[in-house]
Amino acid sequence: MTGPAMIFDKPNSYIGQPTPRADAARLLAGRGRFVDDLQLPRMVHAAFYRSPYAHAKINGIDVTEARAAPGVVAVYTGAELSKHVTPYVGVLSHLAGLRSAPQHPLAVDAARWQGEPLVMVIAQTRAQAEDACELIDPDLEELPAVVDSETALDAETPVLHSEFDSNLAWERTVDVGDIDSAFAAPGVTVVERQFRFGRHTGVTLESRGTVCDYDPSEEQLTVYYSGQAPHMMQVIYSKHLGIAEENVRVISNDVGGSFGIKIHTYGDEIAAGVAAKLLNRPVKFIADRLESFMTDIHARDHVVTAKMGISEQGTIVGIDFDDLTGIGPFSMYPRTSAIECNQVLNLTGAPYAMENYRAKGRVVFQNKTLMCQYRAVGHPIAMAIADCLLEDCARSIGMDPVDVRRKNLMADDSYPRNSTSGMKLDDLSHQKALEKLTEIMDYKGLRDDQEAKRKAGVYRGIGFVSMVEVTNPSPMFYGIGGAPIASQDGATVRLDAGGALHISSSITEQGQGTNAILGQIAAGVFGVDIERVKVSTGDTKTVPYGGGTWASRGAGIGGEAMLQAAHALKEQVLEVAGVLLQTPVEALDIKNGCVVDAGTDNERMPLADLARTVYYRGNELPSDLKPELIATRHYRVSDFPFVFTNGAMAAHVEVDIETGFVKVLHFWAVEDCGRVINPMLVDEQVRGGVVQGIGGALYEECLYSPEGQLMNATMADYIVPMAAEMPEITVAHIETPTKTSVLGAKGAGEAGTGGAPAAIMNAVNDALSPLGKSIWQMPMTPERVLQVINRN
Amino acid sequence: MSKTANITLKINGEDITATVPVRLNLVDFLRHDVGLTGSHVGCEHGVCGACTVEVNGDAVRGCLMLAVQADGTEVTTVEGLSDSGRSAALIRSFTARNALQCGFCTPGMLASALSYIDAGGAADKAAIREHISGNYCRCTGYQSIVEAICDVITENATTEEAGA
Repeated sequence: MTGPAMIFDKPNSYIGQPTPRADAARLLAGRGRFVDDLQLPRMVHAAFYRSPYAHAKINGIDVTEARAAPGVVAVYTGAELSKHVTPYVGVLSHLAGLRSAPQHPLAVDAARWQGEPLVMVIAQTRAQAEDACELIDPDLEELPAVVDSETALDAETPVLHSEFDSNLAWERTVDVGDIDSAFAAPGVTVVERQFRFGRHTGVTLESRGTVCDYDPSEEQLTVYYSGQAPHMMQVIYSKHLGIAEENVRVISNDVGGSFGIKIHTYGDEIAAGVAAKLLNRPVKFIADRLESFMTDIHARDHVVTAKMGISEQGTIVGIDFDDLTGIGPFSMYPRTSAIECNQVLNLTGAPYAMENYRAKGRVVFQNKTLMCQYRAVGHPIAMAIADCLLEDCARSIGMDPVDVRRKNLMADDSYPRNSTSGMKLDDLSHQKALEKLTEIMDYKGLRDDQEAKRKAGVYRGIGFVSMVEVTNPSPMFYGIGGAPIASQDGATVRLDAGGALHISSSITEQGQGTNAILGQIAAGVFGVDIERVKVSTGDTKTVPYGGGTWASRGAGIGGEAMLQAAHALKEQVLEVAGVLLQTPVEALDIKNGCVVDAGTDNERMPLADLARTVYYRGNELPSDLKPELIATRHYRVSDFPFVFTNGAMAAHVEVDIETGFVKVLHFWAVEDCGRVINPMLVDEQVRGGVVQGIGGALYEECLYSPEGQLMNATMADYIVPMAAEMPEITVAHIETPTKTSVLGAKGAGEAGTGGAPAAIMNAVNDALSPLGKSIWQMPMTPERVLQVINRN
Repeated sequence: MSKTANITLKINGEDITATVPVRLNLVDFLRHDVGLTGSHVGCEHGVCGACTVEVNGDAVRGCLMLAVQADGTEVTTVEGLSDSGRSAALIRSFTARNALQCGFCTPGMLASALSYIDAGGAADKAAIREHISGNYCRCTGYQSIVEAICDVITENATTEEAGA
């Protein structure tokens, strides 16, 4: 790409600066605008009667008493609601063979997971709606539940959807080279392990929720949405409620954490929209914590049998694995529940040069909460398979884990190239990142400490991961498969009469600092003080069309659109300035809100004077000059399916072999996300991501009974990382800008979550290595650690 | 079905009288009846700390206390802390450290941080981590929050020294 490269060298550029977020002050003063903060006139509240069983036939539901309860405005069963909303199916055509059954917002014929909504009650208050739910008398016939993914495909297991011949939703195989011959070659050591990755979930502190408001006079549905993809939701409400797309407005104000949880189609939120349309008044639904655990998408849930072969010299000859993942009773709409397995097949071993690769993935239905895309989709599994096997191999041949990576990581000057699985890679820096990591962590010092501690009976371990992260996805991610999900984003920038910039963008803010980096880019590229940039995001009525913020795409795609728009506006403004000042355009620039002489920065005209001339006194302009003080640009990634980033991370842990407790002593992350727009925000994304990864590695798991009952659906029972257990995290950067954009920014949001689990597992196994023991199951709870220590 | 009771209390310095269902918890009362939406609801069972407010000077879980139990008390929410300037130093340090992302845990985190600082807590990162371990933050990983609290304590100490 060509473009205004000088923008990064300008003295008043904000790109690359740790500028604090403008919206922090508002949130710190308690002036956030979250969905549940909204009170609208005539607003009523929804509560749901949910299936108490993992699997049950609905023979009938008597809601007579509920309808008569105090404060109740309306009650809808699944059968009643289905007259007003069409079902949806979570498949995409590019995931060949993926199948799922039609899913209704409220179950109609059968309940297929515990917590599936069956009846919606609308009442004057949420408490009254919940009271009425207690009066619902359902005739449910409990059916055998398919709980265990490992037996879901067995002949004797009931088939969940009668239209299918089995519980298989999707399968895919990748086969490159000749893995069997490679493993059989002389001198090759092959290690085989079975990994188990438990189910966990997002636990966004703000639970899912919506306020849906319908105005029949304009046939207008307004959805206040806590989520990441307003335009996607606009299409979904339009399509399934039968409202013209332009009459659906989706507004996402402050979002209290999302991490991929709030980017899917949830029956209760859709039902709230239907109720608003039927009642012609606002309906609020806010999930309580129990509802969050039972109905927010779950993540991971993989059983992987995997092998890696390594030569005597430490060269990886190949990886061979079989991944089985349980996704609940439906593939989630519209992004599908096969993407995670697909990512595992695409990404495993992607940092390493190797010849042979065979991967098989199977995705199966079961009677548990739906599984779908959560932060770092597939990455923790893919990175653990390759990097935990790699350290296992290195131990087998007596090689240091850093040395074995140096030998096998792709060379930094070897791009562009493909991964063995066929992913197009460019602008990566695995070797540099690893070197920087060993420096900042004082690797040798840690090994010396480890040896000394071991003599004292203290088991410390050091574990690494070298990783890639999928960011800035192109249309090849969703759009190609038929999903109503934009891969491009738009940005508009307008100069107002006072010389300030108003910018709007289709990417969204969930706390990452989206609004902050948009402001930095616009201010820096255009040439005004950042305090004079006002940012709008999250409203389909006012922002350009685009995808939103997910898959680590906001900064890289939305940021580039912002850069191009700001650059375009600058050219437009300079054209006007050239005429007004009778100066060649090339001799002018904009700095600190003024048109200046390029080179000398001699102030020629404040932007406010220019704008007021254009807006108020157009008579002073030549008649053939028709200034546009607004510019819009759109951007999509077109040369690559994804723009990969890379990182190297390390964990230092201590395992108490008496109790099985793992203490993370310190964590280091070296991240190459291309050009860093705001190092403070990127560091915090990495830290937060690492802690979510630690959660999955050590604590978090959705536990089910054999009957499919979720057993730990409270925050007292489901363990999330809290401050006392978390380590200090040191973050450093390599900057290899992507050539796919002028901005050069890749994504950074998911690397920590994708990489940390493998590093933690490697560190725990390094700590246990003197005992000859190892663990291959996440979360690595004290109980599980003790079990492997005590196993003969 | 739902019995009510009359309560009178002082919220952020204002006298408030209300008739509330006896089953209504304090944080729902503050949010939906009084309009102080700065206090948040995360788990409704006392684990996450998002609803932490001050009641008679103590940091209290707004979801574990009923509104009727707050009769006769003085309650301070995040809005009150901001208006009175009591959270000003924390607001500065949280902004400088980016010790918040989505901002949903932030009101409760500020209340817990102030209770530590006001009790004379030291700029000891491990002790701060322990103190805020009743406040769940999914976004930050906590390090920036701990550093922001530390900064305020250090800054206070410097100011006091300079004053003495």
